[in-house]
Amino acid sequence: MRLSNRNSMSGSAAPAAMLALLIVIMVVVTVYVFVANPFPSRPPAPITTVGQLVDHQYFLTLCVTGVVFILSQLGLAYAIWRFRDRGQTAHFTRGSNTLEMIWTTATIVLFLGLGLMGRKAWAEVRFTPAEPNALQVEVTTNQFVFNFRYPGPDGKFGKLDPAQVSASTGNPLGLDSKDPDGKDDIVVPTLTVPVDRQVELLIRSQDVIHNFYVRELRLQQDAVPGMVIPIHFTANQTGRYEIVCTQLCGLGHYRMRSFLDVVSDVDYQNFLKQQAATQ
Amino acid sequence: MSSHAQTGHAVVVEPSGFIRKYIFSIDHKVIGIQYFLLALTAVCVGIVLSLLMRFHLVYPGAHLPFVSGGIMTPEQYMALVTMHGTIMVFFVLTTAPQGGFGNYFLPIQIGAPDMAFPRLNMLSFWVTFLAFVAILAAFVVPGGAPISGWTGYTPLSGMGEVTGPGEGMGQTLWIVSISLFCLASLLGALNFIATTIDLRAPGMTLFRMPLTVWGWFVTAILGLLAFGVLLAGGVLLLLDRSAGTSFFLPAGMVVNDQLQPHSGGSPLLWQHLFWFFGHPEVYIAILPGMGVASHVLSTFSRKPVYGYRAMAMAICAIGFLGFMVWGHHMFLSGMSPYSGFAFSVLTMSIGVPSAIKTFNWIGTLWGGKIQFKSPMLFALGFVSLFVSGGLSGLFLAQPAVDNMLHGGYYVVAHFHLVMGVAAIFGIFAATYFWFPKMFGRMMSEPLGKLHFWFTFAGAYCIFMPMHFVGLAGGIRRYADATGTNYGAALQPAHMFMTYAAFITGAAQLVFLFNFFWSLKHGPVAGKNPWNATTLEWITDSPPPIDNFGGHYPSVYRGPYEFSVPGYRQDFIPQNLTPDQAALLK
Repeated sequence: MRLSNRNSMSGSAAPAAMLALLIVIMVVVTVYVFVANPFPSRPPAPITTVGQLVDHQYFLTLCVTGVVFILSQLGLAYAIWRFRDRGQTAHFTRGSNTLEMIWTTATIVLFLGLGLMGRKAWAEVRFTPAEPNALQVEVTTNQFVFNFRYPGPDGKFGKLDPAQVSASTGNPLGLDSKDPDGKDDIVVPTLTVPVDRQVELLIRSQDVIHNFYVRELRLQQDAVPGMVIPIHFTANQTGRYEIVCTQLCGLGHYRMRSFLDVVSDVDYQNFLKQQAATQ
Repeated sequence: MSSHAQTGHAVVVEPSGFIRKYIFSIDHKVIGIQYFLLALTAVCVGIVLSLLMRFHLVYPGAHLPFVSGGIMTPEQYMALVTMHGTIMVFFVLTTAPQGGFGNYFLPIQIGAPDMAFPRLNMLSFWVTFLAFVAILAAFVVPGGAPISGWTGYTPLSGMGEVTGPGEGMGQTLWIVSISLFCLASLLGALNFIATTIDLRAPGMTLFRMPLTVWGWFVTAILGLLAFGVLLAGGVLLLLDRSAGTSFFLPAGMVVNDQLQPHSGGSPLLWQHLFWFFGHPEVYIAILPGMGVASHVLSTFSRKPVYGYRAMAMAICAIGFLGFMVWGHHMFLSGMSPYSGFAFSVLTMSIGVPSAIKTFNWIGTLWGGKIQFKSPMLFALGFVSLFVSGGLSGLFLAQPAVDNMLHGGYYVVAHFHLVMGVAAIFGIFAATYFWFPKMFGRMMSEPLGKLHFWFTFAGAYCIFMPMHFVGLAGGIRRYADATGTNYGAALQPAHMFMTYAAFITGAAQLVFLFNFFWSLKHGPVAGKNPWNATTLEWITDSPPPIDNFGGHYPSVYRGPYEFSVPGYRQDFIPQNLTPDQAALLK
C-alpha cells in the first residue's frame, strides 16, 4: 500500500463529475449558440464581395478552432472523470516524443495554413489600390463627428488649411478660402454612395484617433491625425447602414456615429445635384 | 553558482524591529507577501470598478449614491474602463504571479537563501507601491481619472486637457504610475534572472528546475526587454504633455477650432512602443500561471509532467515569439498591410507552443490518479479557460477577420478569458497550493471548492456570451451600449453578463474570508501537506529566515518524480540522495 493512498481517494467522484459536467455543458451551450443563434450573435450579411471573403475565412477558422475546442474540452472532461482518484496507481510516464512531434506538426500545418489562407480576404482591400475611376470621398473625423467630402463637379478636392478650421462658422474641415478647387466641394455629415461602384475613402482625423467601421462592409480603419489612409469597397446592395467609431476617442466615443447610404445611380446623381445647390 | 548559495547566507539573522521585519524587509518571503497583499488590494479595487461598469451598462440612468450628480457620466464610465484595465493588468496580473509568488518561491524552489540582490528586491516593491499610490491618486485629482484606456493612445493621452475631462492631472498620474511600475519591474526582472542563473543549488540543472521556475525565469527575461521600452515611451509621453515636445503628436491637429502647436510626431510610434511592451505583457501575466498549472496538475495527478522538456521549451518559444507579434494589435491602425500580414503569420505560430502546452496538460492528467483539491480544481479550470480564450485568438490574429471583430466585445471576451481569468485561475491555484507553506496553515477545502464552482461557472457565464455580443457588432468602451442602433438588441445578453458578474464577484468574498480566516484558524499544515517533490516542501512551513535553516539542499533528480515504479511512496523529493531514495523501495 502506497503512503498517499490512505485518505486521498475519499470524495473524488463528486467533484470529478461536477467539473466534467460543467465543461460539457459549457461546450454544448457554446456550440448551440453558434448553430441556433438564439439571441443576436451574428453580424448581418455582408454587402460586398470582400465581405463575403471575410465571412468565408471567419467560417473556416470557426470550423478549425471549433473542432479543436470541442475535442480538447471534451478530452479534458473525459480525463477528469476517467482518471479521478479511485485508489488506483498512477500510470508512470514522462511523455512521448512521437506524440509531441505529431501534435506539433499538426498544429503548425493547421494554424499556419489558416493564417496563410486568410491572406486573400486581406489582400483584396489592403494590398491593391483602388481602381483609377473609383469614386473618391474624403472622411474626416473629429471629436465626435464624421464629415464626408466630395470633390464636386470639378472632380478636384480643394486644399485644406488647419488654421482655417471653424466648425462654428460652417467650415469644419478648414477648406482653404483661397483655393478655387475647394469652392464646389461638398461636405456632408453622412456618406452617400452609388451601388455597384467602387468607392475609395481617404480617411483622416483632425484631432485624436478615431475609427471608421461599417459592419455590413466588414471593413474597419483607424483615422489617424497626420495620415491619410485609403481604403476601398464596392457595395452591392442599396440600404442604410450604420457607421460607428470603434477607437476610444474621449467621453463622446459612444455617440460618435453616422450613416452610409448606398443608393441607385439615379438617386446618387440627385444627391449630388441637391448638395451642389446647398453648398 | 553553488558556492555562493552554500556559503553566502550562513550569516542571515532575522531582524528584530517591526519595521525592518515587516515593512522595509529584505527577506524575499516578506517581499513576496507584500506584493501579494498589494495585488489583493488592487484586485478588490479592480473588481469593484468592473462591477460598476457592468451595472452602468444595463442601468445607465440609475442613481448612485457615491457619484457626484447622482447619475454616472460618460467620462466617469471611461475612467472606470481605464482604471480597471490599468490596475488589473499592472497591479494584479503582473504583480501577483511574478512579484508575489515568484519572489516567494523562486529562491526556495532552486534551493537559494534569498534573491541575488535583496535590497534591490525591497526597492522594487516600494517603487511598485509608489506606482500604486500614484494610480489611486488619479481618482481624486481635479479633472478626474484618465479616460484614455489602459493603452493610453496618443494624441488623446498626449495633448492635455483640451481633449476632454480626465486628460489633465489624472492622465499625468497615469503615466507617472506606469513609468514607476516599469522601473520597478525592470529591477525585479534583473533580480529574478540573476537569481535563477547564479543561485541554483548543487545539482539543480536547468532541466531539473520546476516549470514554475521556468515560467518566472522566462517572464523575467520578457520583463527585462519589455518594461524598458514602455518606460521610454512613458517618459516621451510625459515630455509631450509637459515640455512641449511632439514625439507622438503630428502637425495640423485642430481641437475645438484651435490649431494645436505640435509638429513632427507620430501617433503610431506610441502604439509600436506600447505594444512592443503590451504583447509580451500578456505572456508576463500568463507564463507564471502556465508554470503553476503544470506544477499543480502533476502534483495532484500523482504523475510527472507529460513532456517536461517540451513544456520548458514551449515556455521559451512563447516568450521568444511573444516579441514578434505586437503588430497584431495594429492591423487596422494605418500600419503597412504587408507588415500586418507578417505579424499575422507570426501570431498564428504562437498557437503552436500554446497547443503543445495544452496537449501536455491533458497528457499529464491521462492515466493519473486525480485528487480534486482546491488548487487542482483551479489548475484544471485554468486549462479549460486557456483553451477557450486561446482559440478565439486565432480569429483576431487574422487581419481580414479582425476587420469585423476589432474594437468590439469579442476582443474583450478573448483577452479576459485568456489573460485575465485564466491568469487569475493560475493565481488562485498558486494561492491554495502554497498558502500552507507561506502561512503554516491549510485553507478550508469546502470553502475553496465553493469558491471554485462559482468562479469557474461564473467566468464562463460572463465571458462566453460576450463573444457573441462582439460578433453581433457590440462595440467596446461605449459608455452607453445602445450608442449604436443595433446595440439595443444586445442588451439582454449584457443583462445576463451583469448578473453573472455580480454573482461571481460575490463569490470572491468566500475566498477573502477563507484566506483571512485560515491564517488564524486553518489546520496546521506541516512541511509537506500535498506530498509534493520540489524543494519548498522539504523546509518548515513557513520557512525560516534563510529558507532552509542552514541546511542547503543538493538536488539529485527532476522536479516531478511521482508514482515512480518500484517505490513505496508515490513521490520522491528532489533533494533525496540516491541512497536515501533507495530506502523507499
